[in-house]
Amino acid sequence: MAERQTVLAEAAAAAPQKQDAAVVRDALGVGVAVGLSGVAFGVTSAGSGLGLLQTCALSLLVFTGASQFALVGALAAGGNPFTAAAGAFFLGVRNAFYGLRLSQLLALPRAVRPFAAQWVIDETTAVTLAQPTRRAARIGFTVTGLSLYLLWNLTTLLGALGAKALGDTDAWGLDAAGPAVFLALLAPMLRTATERAVAGLAVLLGLGLLPVLPAGVPVLAAALAAPVALVAEGRRGGRTRRGAPDGTEEAR
Amino acid sequence: MNTWLAIGLTILGCYAVKLAGLLVPAGALERPAVRRLAALLPVALLAALTAQQTFSDGHALVLDARAAGLGAAAVALVLRAPFLLVVAAAVVVTAGVRAIGG
Repeated sequence: MAERQTVLAEAAAAAPQKQDAAVVRDALGVGVAVGLSGVAFGVTSAGSGLGLLQTCALSLLVFTGASQFALVGALAAGGNPFTAAAGAFFLGVRNAFYGLRLSQLLALPRAVRPFAAQWVIDETTAVTLAQPTRRAARIGFTVTGLSLYLLWNLTTLLGALGAKALGDTDAWGLDAAGPAVFLALLAPMLRTATERAVAGLAVLLGLGLLPVLPAGVPVLAAALAAPVALVAEGRRGGRTRRGAPDGTEEAR
Repeated sequence: MNTWLAIGLTILGCYAVKLAGLLVPAGALERPAVRRLAALLPVALLAALTAQQTFSDGHALVLDARAAGLGAAAVALVLRAPFLLVVAAAVVVTAGVRAIGG
């Protein structure tokens, strides 16, 4: 705990003190930009043959974009419901790891966690991790989560309703919004050689395994890049602590 | 009916993993290796998702207009453009390349 407070104090001192308004602005930037891309999901889902209620139920209750896209894609391709749900589930597993990280930063009361859980996704995690203090992290998480949830569901509805009018969403380049969002979230995380090595290895695994493994599994396999890099990092800078299970972050 | 089954399973599964992450006992997170791993996992997943959603069509690897769009997003990021502009650059360039390519 003392260590964490020191880290926070150093971060706050090193960076210019972030005002609450600045945090809100950053969070709204992410929430609005990604929230608007719900229209792409609404259109895609409707185009995949799902009904309005089904499309909206996914955005309201699943609320994790990659899983939603994976599910409607698998259903459109004629996959059985269990395979389709498994692919979406595998993609959603990453949110457990985000939650692992967020619960440290946000220190939420237990009673709040079941409600906060629905907002534990890529974008809220990225915004929260970027904040120097717990107060800023909580503001960032809440504002990103709320704005994104409201807009994502609204634009999903509009997208599903307007699917016919819009025609081919790919012609509008909307299928590039997803990867651009992921890249924008990833970029600030690539601070050290280890992070960049993890990203590079994950890209190789994710693309290399894509043709041979079921949908959703290559992303999980790519996640193995993290422990692999961690072990490599431990060996490189391990010194005498090489054999210790906890001795991987001493340089920090 | 099958569609609703798939939707129901996905809702339950995705919510369960989200909640599980928040409910893991704090003691398990005090180990530096776990903390470091939790920090590196999003890096791996986001990198893989970026690559897959740019360079794949189903199970096939492809190089199409989305690559140009992602390139534009990368340039925007290097220029420290705001988030919305980064996404807009990707969408506009992808649509533009498709329009030119027919």
